[in-house]
Amino acid sequence: MKKNKTYNKKKTVIVFAVCIAMMAGLAGRLFYLMVLRADYYTEKADDLHERERDIKAARGKIIDRNGVVLADNRAVCTISVIHSQIKEPEKVTDMLVKELEITEEEAKKRVEKVSSIERIKTNVPKETGDRIREYNLAGVKVDEDFKRYYPCDDLASRVLGFTGGDNQGIIGLEVQYDSILEGINGKILTTTDARGVEVDEIGESRVEAVAGYNLHISMDYNIQRYIQQEAEKVMEEKQADRVSILLMNPRNGEIYGMANVPEFHLNDPFTLPEGTDTTGKTEEEIQDLRNQMWRNICINDTYEPGSTFKIITAAAGLEEGVVSLDDTFSCPGFRVVEDRRIHCHKRTGHGAETFLEGAQNSCNPVFIDVGLRLGVDNFYRYFRDFGLMTKTGIDLPGEASTIMHKKENIGQVELATMSFGQSFQITPIQLAVTVSSIINGGNRITPHFGVEVRDDDMTLIDTLEYETKENIVSQETSKTMRYILEKVVSEGSGKNAYIEGYEIGGKTATSQTLPRSANVYISSFLGFAPADDPKVLGICIIHDPKGVYYGGTIAAPVMKRVFENVLPYLNIEKQNG
Amino acid sequence: MKNIRKRIPDGTLVVLVVLLTAAGLVLLYSTSTYNGRVKFHDPAYYLKKQLFATALGFLVLYVVANMDYHVIAGFAVPLYVISLLLGIAVLLFGDEYNGSRRWLSLGPLSFQPAEFAKVAVIILLAWHICRYKKDMGKMGFMVKTMAMVLPVVGLVGTNNLSTAVIILGIGVILIFVANPKYKQFVGIGAAGIGFIAIFLSLESYRLERLAVWRDPESYDKGFQTIQGLYAIGSGGIFGKGLGSSLQKLGFVPEAQNDMIFSIICEETGLVGAILLMLVFGLLIWRLMVIATHALDLLGTMIAAGIMGHMAIQVILNIAVVTNTIPNTGITLPFVSYGGTSVLFLLGEMGLALSVSRYEKQEFL
Repeated sequence: MKKNKTYNKKKTVIVFAVCIAMMAGLAGRLFYLMVLRADYYTEKADDLHERERDIKAARGKIIDRNGVVLADNRAVCTISVIHSQIKEPEKVTDMLVKELEITEEEAKKRVEKVSSIERIKTNVPKETGDRIREYNLAGVKVDEDFKRYYPCDDLASRVLGFTGGDNQGIIGLEVQYDSILEGINGKILTTTDARGVEVDEIGESRVEAVAGYNLHISMDYNIQRYIQQEAEKVMEEKQADRVSILLMNPRNGEIYGMANVPEFHLNDPFTLPEGTDTTGKTEEEIQDLRNQMWRNICINDTYEPGSTFKIITAAAGLEEGVVSLDDTFSCPGFRVVEDRRIHCHKRTGHGAETFLEGAQNSCNPVFIDVGLRLGVDNFYRYFRDFGLMTKTGIDLPGEASTIMHKKENIGQVELATMSFGQSFQITPIQLAVTVSSIINGGNRITPHFGVEVRDDDMTLIDTLEYETKENIVSQETSKTMRYILEKVVSEGSGKNAYIEGYEIGGKTATSQTLPRSANVYISSFLGFAPADDPKVLGICIIHDPKGVYYGGTIAAPVMKRVFENVLPYLNIEKQNG
Repeated sequence: MKNIRKRIPDGTLVVLVVLLTAAGLVLLYSTSTYNGRVKFHDPAYYLKKQLFATALGFLVLYVVANMDYHVIAGFAVPLYVISLLLGIAVLLFGDEYNGSRRWLSLGPLSFQPAEFAKVAVIILLAWHICRYKKDMGKMGFMVKTMAMVLPVVGLVGTNNLSTAVIILGIGVILIFVANPKYKQFVGIGAAGIGFIAIFLSLESYRLERLAVWRDPESYDKGFQTIQGLYAIGSGGIFGKGLGSSLQKLGFVPEAQNDMIFSIICEETGLVGAILLMLVFGLLIWRLMVIATHALDLLGTMIAAGIMGHMAIQVILNIAVVTNTIPNTGITLPFVSYGGTSVLFLLGEMGLALSVSRYEKQEFL
């Protein structure tokens, strides 16, 4: 019998004790990791396991004043494949080739690529997506998505604007009202394994998307459609560069229509007009062309208004009391101001005429006299008080500022040329708004499209409010101006806009682009009706017409046709006849 | 004092072993379902193989427990020689798996000789120490004893460094228990630390392993460690529930192997992990009791060797998984996937039970 010495036992116990001590230490380590550091590691692990997918929110619609949807959403699909879930790669490849019109080589490459998820194609029509879903192929994923869609395609393109790939507004109302329209994207949180395959047992947690609000605008689809057609017609007839027609309510600033032809296709906004020569152009130059195509001429560009501006000179003169309807002037065909001889458009002169007749004739010397009577200080003050130095505040992005002389640089010659609308530049919308405020009794309104914000159930979310500045001119001056401008149409240079039975006020203009040596003209006509109680004001601007370029000859008839159709449409009845 | 032969093996140890293997199988199944499904289209793939090895293991346990350990010790040298031969065989004909040549195939069965080597070394050293117990206190005897295991350490170490370290550890523990002195071991401990330091600095990749250990998140090679820590940390106090681990879904590579303890932490929480450690602690305690109550020195040495083996593997495994020490591949006894491992562990338990059958009782 072998003897078991006691020190062996003692040492065994020591080994045991050391081991237990070490295990206790490890238990402490576990406590540290699993209790004290639990939050840190849990967060890290969650980051690793969770995949976040966005659910795009439906963007709010843009709806005209009668409920016609101008900007809508179309359901589209994104097709992806998940490599590890594909069971029949050949079938998947064949399906992709057939449904998505991609090459077999391409499809094969994508299907065979080892990735957690491979996006094959986005913006696939919903019908195609539904068909693909019906194949029921494992590993093929069809995600629904929204794409902005413009049912009227090129209608008011430069006003409505469009959105980019991330559904954010790029130009126009889409940018201006982005925060209202965009909605809130939802989220799908899924848990995946290391290969990126979703763990079904855990399921997904969804945060639903909130659709954007609908924007109801003052635009009238029919009016817009009509003025756009008229603009296109005159552009073609006169081989003009571009034509803008703006129609608004002069009393509250609501814009009924704003056509800037050529319009572009909102559903395909990056494609330049057919026939554009882009050979040899850099990407930057091509983008410049696109930017030109997207410009809203009524708002983003300034021009010399020319004779339509005489309305403002007249209003200032009347308001200041330096001129009255019966004041007499004489026009020898020019006026000498300091050392300059400034011609009237009628070189032979209008002879003796009253102020009213001078306005009817659009006589430059008459308005030079009024301007000189006002003097630089007064002229400049009225220019500012009428709001011409500030932007109109229209709810569209990129409104251009007035280009005006500095007051200290205005001499008699500048004053004289400004009196009939030259040597400074304003935007068409600025002219329309300023004239509106002169003829509506002196209230400077804010031009706008946005009227109301509603949700899909038509619940009113917000009524958009706009500023009005009162007493720009007195009621008296306003009334006199309406009278003068009615006479311009019924008996003067604007007679081409005359419509039997309606009292229409208006003013023609023929201006030049700079440099004047280029002989590029801008013909325009500003009109409103009914003359004694204006409910609609329109402006037609034709850039670079070929042949006859007088505003009274080519722009006034356009506005006449517009009024002939729009006035009855707006239930504005004939006053006489 | 009187020695009495007992016929019944240690019941507590049997209960603990059964408990541990059962728990181990449940935890292994939970951890390995994902990998089984992904790799073999059979969620129970790993469980089935482990179940087979476990059944075989209990058979071995039963047979060994009913044998006289003195008879087994008589075969110490042939067993050791066989383990050396198997070590050579694996070098020549071994199968590679995950970049390591550790397996010998025999038809559908594969076998990891390193697991056998551990048992062989325990028996050899116990036998040797008993044979020359008069020389026990001598320094030369210690060196000679240690030298005996070096061939197998070298063989195993060529492709399985961790197991070689375990074998060395078993050797050191057995010599410590056999030797009446204490002071020498302080020197041995110091020499060991110095050896490890030189060993680490010899090759830069080992130093890199050290750097990874200190800051696993900054290194690509810290991936496994970090994934293990995510699993452990996200378990919290009560865990996500059995079967609910996310880290086993491919994040912790080969979760059913060395890193299984991290998944246990994730699923059963601190409570479950401590509970499992407690069972291991009780098992080690029971082996200690068997060693101290053994009939003779041979019994003590065998039981102490088994205890040392068990303790080293549990401690090193948990230390690695919790990133307490640098990463090295050591399985968790009875829980990690591995047929050979569970087979020989159960064999060792049978041996311990055999020792316990000859327990002496003290009457005072």
